[in-house]
This record gives sequence, structure tokens and C-alpha cells, in this order.
Amino acid sequence: MSREAILGAIRRGLKRGPLPADQAAMLNGRLASHPRHLIPARSRVPRAEQIALFVRNVEKEFGTVERIPDLAAVPAAITDYLAAQNLPARIVMAPHPELEGIDWSSRPMLEREARRAQDGDQVSLQHAWAGVAETGTLFFPSDPVRPATLNLLPDTEIVLLRASAIVGAYEEAWDRLRAERKDTLTGGWMPRNLMLVTGPSRSADIEQTLELGAHGPRRLHVLLVEDEPAAQPGG
Amino acid sequence: MVQVTSPAFKQNAARALADPGLQKALGKAKGAFLQRRADAVERLPEFERLRDIGRDIKNHTLANLDFYLETFAANVERAGGKVHWCSTAEDARNAVLEICRKAGAKTVTKGKSMISEEMALNDHLEAHGIVPVETDLGEYIIQLRQEHPSHIIAPAFHLNREDWEADFRRMHTDLPADRVFNERRDILAEARTKLRQKFLAADVGITGANFLIAETGSSVIVTNEGNGDLTQTLPRVHIALASIEKVVPTLEDATSLLRLLARSATGQDFSVYTTFSTGVRREGDLDGPEEYHVILLDNGRSNMVGTEFQEMLRCIRCAACMNHCPVYGVTGGHAYGWVYPGPMGSVLTPTLVGVDKAGHLPNASTFCGRCESVCPVKIPLPKLMRHWREREFERHLTPATARSNLALWAWFAKRPALYRAATRAAIGTLGLLARGKGAFKAMPLAGGWTKGRDLPAPEPGGTFMARYAKARRNGR
Repeated sequence: MSREAILGAIRRGLKRGPLPADQAAMLNGRLASHPRHLIPARSRVPRAEQIALFVRNVEKEFGTVERIPDLAAVPAAITDYLAAQNLPARIVMAPHPELEGIDWSSRPMLEREARRAQDGDQVSLQHAWAGVAETGTLFFPSDPVRPATLNLLPDTEIVLLRASAIVGAYEEAWDRLRAERKDTLTGGWMPRNLMLVTGPSRSADIEQTLELGAHGPRRLHVLLVEDEPAAQPGG
Repeated sequence: MVQVTSPAFKQNAARALADPGLQKALGKAKGAFLQRRADAVERLPEFERLRDIGRDIKNHTLANLDFYLETFAANVERAGGKVHWCSTAEDARNAVLEICRKAGAKTVTKGKSMISEEMALNDHLEAHGIVPVETDLGEYIIQLRQEHPSHIIAPAFHLNREDWEADFRRMHTDLPADRVFNERRDILAEARTKLRQKFLAADVGITGANFLIAETGSSVIVTNEGNGDLTQTLPRVHIALASIEKVVPTLEDATSLLRLLARSATGQDFSVYTTFSTGVRREGDLDGPEEYHVILLDNGRSNMVGTEFQEMLRCIRCAACMNHCPVYGVTGGHAYGWVYPGPMGSVLTPTLVGVDKAGHLPNASTFCGRCESVCPVKIPLPKLMRHWREREFERHLTPATARSNLALWAWFAKRPALYRAATRAAIGTLGLLARGKGAFKAMPLAGGWTKGRDLPAPEPGGTFMARYAKARRNGR
């Protein structure tokens, strides 16, 4: 059987049989404690600077960011953004309680559907679970209220992110994921699909020159909810 | 298996040097990669320390590879996925075909995967009536042209914009013939429209894997276009192709390697999409595949464990070595004659297809050492190429003239006085012949060598030994 043949060849190369129990226990300990390695200093800065670093990095990667005071400001921010981009006032949005709980009545002309994305959808509103300041990266763990297709099929992706969900380095997001999530199938915490998104889709396959808008969204627009008083500039 | 033309490296290289289109493409692309990587490294002061960490993580994993592969497989199965252990490319091809048949697949979309090239998967699927569609932009045009990638992260490295335009006009005959391609983005937009329908129609999606994570049973892909994500999210079945050395223990280990990967590859701080796939669609999920398979391919790699070539298994396929290689920079990737070009290919190819076929590749190096100096996991590529040269010599695969010349050199080298006298005479003669020209365009008896290179003329002042002795006398 291939499995035994492959493992056998590896063990012959390592000049040993299957790992002795004490060594296997040591490795299981390493898996359980998942030690961190060197974390770059760039994200080890005071809170307001950390959030500013996140914003700068999203913009460096050709995304856009709008800071809004609270969730009540979302409908106006979206309609204004769509109008400015000459896009129709129609979005498909994640069926996330935080998005569904928004009072949309101030913008009755904005058409909304809460579902996964389909071909032809132009604009999505997605809920970001975390942001990583180190590189301006958004975390989207898939689950029934956060379908992965919303990150992929529409031309324009609008993302709601709470400032309080921004961490410095990826390792902090891993720890949060381990602490907060429970996977129904495995009993672990890893979702089926976890997308780390840094800017809009692009390709450099033609003459190694960067062009935006390959197969995923051409635009990535982050609505950053400033829900953290300590993180306000000067606050 | 993809046909191996590595034995013809010399002829391939000569042809590449005489190909103006290729030389234009290479000339344009080369500098961009180098500058972008240098800038990214400059922005991260910890980069050099991270290289040591990357090396150590991979060494730890390889020393316990059996344990981490078994842990990975157990966790894939816990998440409802299936691992297919495949000793050979043929095993892997058959495993993929069987999954596709069971799924009743007519078309499969594909994300970029060098393992797929190694398995020659597309030919196999086509031969059995299944249509594979490459969706990475570079791979897509390569498939239209019925070629193979010339670079491991930029498959169409050898093409110019004119080639793209011509091939799109030739193949997309349903579109108006008078449409205009003013910009690169027009080409991109056409490919996007064409491929969107393929994504939606596919029954099975096949991707590669940049990493496998033992802790969680996840496969990880790193892309900029989003094609890999569409490939693994929309169809009912997802197959991830991975070789055994892709496994790492934890998310923290993968994170440290990810900090190295994009910077070394494209000079980005992080790629646009880094996606972790773990098992099948969960209850209540609105999208995602219902079946998840991992093809775990060995294809000779387990035999590298415990040998001097084990270090090659650290490779994370960033392509920095070929981007910085002066030989790759003039020959391009196709000359290397198999799946993996450049310095990493020169070490890996002889292991996977045999030194008898690929023995030329480790010789296609100036030993300048740039590949090793940029490798994110510090693989001593020149040393490993030298190991292959030794094996080639030991097995008498080196041509007779090279062997007799080496024997002649060795005879002199073992007799220092004679050696110095001979080199002094040779240097003096060459210096006189050069008469200040700086370099020879051609040399008698070395026409093959000087065809693609200039031989620098010796500077006045004699041999190195003579100049060294003189400098010592002058107290410098």
C-alpha cells in the first residue's frame, strides 16, 4: 500500500522506525502549544498607530478605507460609495446578524439580498472577522453567515470591519480563532474555508506587469467602524 | 510524465539565445522581479532572521516527516476529507481520474499547480474524455498554446503582449474579430469573461497546495488572481494536489514561511489571497465543496530523506533562485527541459527523472551563488549542484573530452611549480593577444563556450599567485 511504502521510505532515510512514544509525545506537545516564532516589530505599536498601519497597508495594496463612527452610518456610506463609483444601488450581503441588525430604513432605495453570491452580482457586502495590521489583511472564516462566494464573484466587495477586530500580527488572529470558534463538524476551531484577503484581485502574468481585476473583485472597499474610543487618533 | 528534454539542454539553450522574442520577454521581466524583492526585503528588517527560522521549521518537519504526514492525514479525515497516498505520478493520475469519474465530471477547472505538471495530469484527463481548464491567467495561455510553463510562479514568463493578443484572437473566435487590445487590461478582461463561465460549469476543481498544515488538516493556496479560490469553492468536489514535503506542523509555522514566500516570490508583503481549506462543506454553509480530497504525492521525494539532497525538500517554490540566476536569465525556463527550471530545477530534476537524463542541468551554473543568497529557506543550491556533478563524474556520464581535460588539469594541479609556470605562460599569452580589448569574443578550441559568453581577458600583472606574492612583498 502506498501509505506504508511512503512512510517506510521516509523512516529508512531517517534511519529509524516509527517515532518512539516519548518523541511522539514531544511533537504532540509542540502541536498543542504551537509556539510562535519571530514576529516583526512593525505591528508592535500603540493601538491608534496599529489601526493607522492597517489602513495604510490596505491602501498600499490598492484597497480603499472609509472610517465611520458606528453601524448606523453604514447605509449612507454604502449608497454614497456606489453612487461615486457609478454602480447601481443593489447589494448582495452576508446573512450576518450584525449586518441584518442595521437599520436600513434611511436608504430605502438601496436593494439588499442576504445570501451567497451568484454570477452577475455586482456588489457584495461582507463581514470581516478580523483585520491584521502587519499587511492590511482581512480574515474571512466561512460559516453559514459568511459565505466565501461573497469574496469572489462580485466585481466590487465592500467589507464591514470593526476597529476593535484589528490585531497587530497574524499570530494574534490565530489565538483569537482558537479561543472563540467552535467547528460543528470537527469539534476543533478551524472553519472549512478561511480566506486571508489583502487588496483586490490582480495578475502580473502579462509581461510581469501588475493589472488589477483578475478573477476576483476589482475593488475592495473597507468600512471601518470606529468602535474603540482608545483607538481614535489623539484619543 | 511530461517529456524530458533535459538531455538536450545545450541545444535548447542555444536555440533560446537565438530567439529574439524570448530574449525580449526575458529582458523585460527580469529586472522587475529583482527590484520588487529587494524593496520588500528592505521594508522588513527582520527578513534575514526569518530565513533562519524558515530553514529551521522545515528541518524540524523533515526530521519528523512521517509523524507530521500521519497527523495531517488524520485531521483531514476528521474534517470529512480523504487523503490519497500516491507513490508515483501514475498512482496520482489514476486517483484523480477515479474521483472525477465518480463525480461524473465532464469539465474540471484547475488552479495553478506544478505537481499537476509533474504528473502530466491534463493529458491523462483529456485521454479519458474529461476537459481540464487552466484558470490561472498564465496557465490559461500556456494551455491555449499547448506549451508548458517556463517559470514556476509566472508560467508565461517567456511571452510578450503581442503573443497574448495573437493567441486570444486565434482561439476566441466567437468574439468580434475587430475588437481592440489597447492595454494589458483588455487581455485580462477578456480572460476574466471567458473563464467565469468555466468556473460556474465545472464539476470538479483541482488546485495545488503551497502548504499542508498538520495541526488542522488544511491545504493552503496562495494566489493573486482569485482563480484558485473560485476553483476550490464553486464545484461540488475539490481536489488538492500536494507533494509530501509541503507539510508543516502548525499555523504559526506556516505564518513564518508565508512572511518569506510572497516577499521572495513577487516582492509583495503578502499575496492577495491566502486560503486555508479544511474538509467538506459544514452544515448550514451556503457554499463550498461537498467532497474534499488531498492527493499526497511522493514521486521519489522520500528517497531524498537522509541523503545530501534532503535540504532540497525545504523548497517552498518561490522562484527567487531562478529570478536571480544569470543562466535562467538568458535561456528562460524551457531550455531546462522538464517541469522545474532554474537552480532549484537543476537540483530537483536529476532526483526525479534521473541524473542520466538531467545531468547537464547541474552544469548549467556559473556557481555565482546568488540563488543561495536569496533562498528564503537557505538551501545551499550550488553545493547540491556540485554533488550532482560529482555523481555524474563517478558514473562516467561526463563526456570523454571533459574527462580528459579534467585529468590533464589535475595532473598539473598536483605539481604546483609546473602549474604556476604553465598558468604564467598562458596568462601572458592571453594578455598579449587581448591587447587591451578586455574580453575575447571567440577562442580556438572553445567555440562552443564562447558562443554564448565572452571570455574576460587577463588583466596585466600576471597570475593571481604572482600578484598576491607581489602585494605581500609591498606590505599590502
